[in-house]
Amino acid sequence: MLGSDAILRALELEGVDVAFGIPGGAILPTYDAIARGTSVRHVLARHEQGAGHMAEGYARASGKVGVAIATSGPGATNLVTPIADAWMDSTPLVCITGQVRSSLIGTDAFQEIDATGITMPIVKHSWLVQDIEELPGVMKAAFHVARTGRQGPVLVDVAKDVQEAAFDFVYPDAVDLPGWKPPHKVHPKQLREAARAIAVAQRPIIYAGGGVQNADACVELLELVNSAQLPAVVTLMGKGCLPDSHRLNYGAPGMHGSKYANWALNKADLVIAVGSRFDDRVTGKLSAFAPGAKVIHFDIDAAEVGKIRAAEIPVVGPLKLALAQLAAEVRAVAADGAPDRSAWLRQLEDWRERFPFRYERSDGTLKPQTAIEALRDLAATREEDVIWTTGVGQHQMWAMQYIQCEKPRSFITSGELGTMGYGLPAAIGAKAARPDATVVCIDGDGCFQMTCQDLATASLERLPIVAVVINNGWLGMVRQWQEMFYDERYAQTHLTHAVPNYAQLAEAYGCAGFTVENEDELESALAAAFASGRSAVVDVRCDPEEKCFPMIPAGAAAVDTIEAPGGEVVVA
Amino acid sequence: MSTHTISVRLENKPGALARVSQLFSRRGYNIQSLAVGPTERPDISRLTLRVDCSEHSLEQIEKQMHKLVNVLRVTELRPDESIERELALITVAVPAERRAEIVALSQVAGARVADIGRDAITFELVGRPDQVEAFEELVRPYGVRDLVRTGRVGLRRPSAGGRTAPTVQV
Repeated sequence: MLGSDAILRALELEGVDVAFGIPGGAILPTYDAIARGTSVRHVLARHEQGAGHMAEGYARASGKVGVAIATSGPGATNLVTPIADAWMDSTPLVCITGQVRSSLIGTDAFQEIDATGITMPIVKHSWLVQDIEELPGVMKAAFHVARTGRQGPVLVDVAKDVQEAAFDFVYPDAVDLPGWKPPHKVHPKQLREAARAIAVAQRPIIYAGGGVQNADACVELLELVNSAQLPAVVTLMGKGCLPDSHRLNYGAPGMHGSKYANWALNKADLVIAVGSRFDDRVTGKLSAFAPGAKVIHFDIDAAEVGKIRAAEIPVVGPLKLALAQLAAEVRAVAADGAPDRSAWLRQLEDWRERFPFRYERSDGTLKPQTAIEALRDLAATREEDVIWTTGVGQHQMWAMQYIQCEKPRSFITSGELGTMGYGLPAAIGAKAARPDATVVCIDGDGCFQMTCQDLATASLERLPIVAVVINNGWLGMVRQWQEMFYDERYAQTHLTHAVPNYAQLAEAYGCAGFTVENEDELESALAAAFASGRSAVVDVRCDPEEKCFPMIPAGAAAVDTIEAPGGEVVVA
Repeated sequence: MSTHTISVRLENKPGALARVSQLFSRRGYNIQSLAVGPTERPDISRLTLRVDCSEHSLEQIEKQMHKLVNVLRVTELRPDESIERELALITVAVPAERRAEIVALSQVAGARVADIGRDAITFELVGRPDQVEAFEELVRPYGVRDLVRTGRVGLRRPSAGGRTAPTVQV
């Protein structure tokens, strides 16, 4: 068998059904193997960055490892952004890149770049394969490392001559990685301590993050919330891990989170962090974050525990196991009498009622929030699952605030790297993973223009998605900061509503295009886009001046929240 | 802030050392010295790192290093429980008439003469890092022409009892 065929056999044996990529010189032998036949569906992207984000969207929607394939040199460098994105958001990804022939490595040959070197700080591990005999073991290890422990990206860089070499292919049953020992159990003493702390807490709050979804521990979290009647806040990356309609789910905290979620953390006496990591966009000023709380920190990654905020009770291990065992421990402890927390729950409820997300509708202009609410309402009428993806910026924060997610893996966004352009290709990848679902990308006009060439991929690969461009004609979040913090000097943020004409652009790529200029046209255009049966772009021309609130400025505390104009000002 | 010695058992694989040093630079930790060499097993290397950091950072360094696939074991070598040695080569400018004087001095300090030139002598010294520093100070007035130190290497003392548990349990 040739090395190129071995790569595909390995993908098949690892259960990969879709891979995303673009061919080029150094990866040509592997594409030739695709031509020879494989059960792996290859989705041809229009840019390697798109291929990488598609693989991420696929991974996040399915829970499986995403696979992206690219050539050497610029192919590999174009993959760097999605690799970094997957690193920051712990998305399992195997990236396979071609490398120049072994004899040319180190000579600055055509399209030679040190792919493993460039990506070293943003991968869990990487391999440069120059010996055909190593290839099966490396492929096995790559998938194992990507999906075990804290998930994330790995890179396999394969020299062209290795792809062309013939050998006897044997796929190993086990990996040989003596240094890779992610935790597989949880310390029972820590769990007991956690349960005891929960039992005596007057004002506990669960702070759930993306790790819960990565660990497929959403059922266990829900069971814990229900059985112990623990209220929870859920981060942007965690959205969907608890149903948004759940009475005890107080939604997202952080810079653009709700006032009630931030106050819940601020006034808690016990923060139960689960697969979340005290990111600065959540905590704001660290010394003022949950100042009166003891912290229990559950995470698969020991390095996250105590990194930002000291944890009185660290619990390192797989969340699925940890949460199931914690629920049992909490039940056992609670048999001695559960504390009365009705005052705390009433307080949270009161804050939620008094400080909902809100904006002022106006007659003349269409507010972006109105468009997102209309999308939410339309999705609620659908029988099939709806999966949301977003770009990065104001529209992303509004989506976080207004979209209702009832199921895990239904909200796919670039959280930590903040990658503009993530939404559209991620939607295509999600659609490849979940053809039964309707996949909607809520995008900004700035984001959309960064990766919109992959509309061709959506169109030609018959992966129909709906992209709703919240078009305010500006790099909206940057504009908001310029207005609020840079004395309204709008340097280089005006994109215009009209160029490009998004509906025409959509048509050019074989998609349906719609333009919405006022509220009256909104519902019918969105409904038509959902019903079009092909990929569709809805250009929703919105008020350019609308800002995203509430807002805790960078480095400020929850009590410094800036409200939408006209709000009730109360200091908790 | 205080200085710590960290001992790392590392798979002897291409790029393994780069991954460790990359982690230090990316997370902003300052390495004072780094010595790397083979161990009793040809497939394993040992790194001895000297870092200046807080206890909190030390814990982070150890945890982050443990996530590297090629890292097998991370241990802090505490001064009272470990042996630390360093090798220095020092070329000192010495006019012929002062040779006898400095050679006698070096013998007292435990250094050996590695090479003698017309107007300079290279000494070699293996010892505790503080001995190496003391010798360096001793010969400095003569004029140090060239100096190289390996950076410290260390092992836990068998007399300190038992095999050390890794600092980070996984």
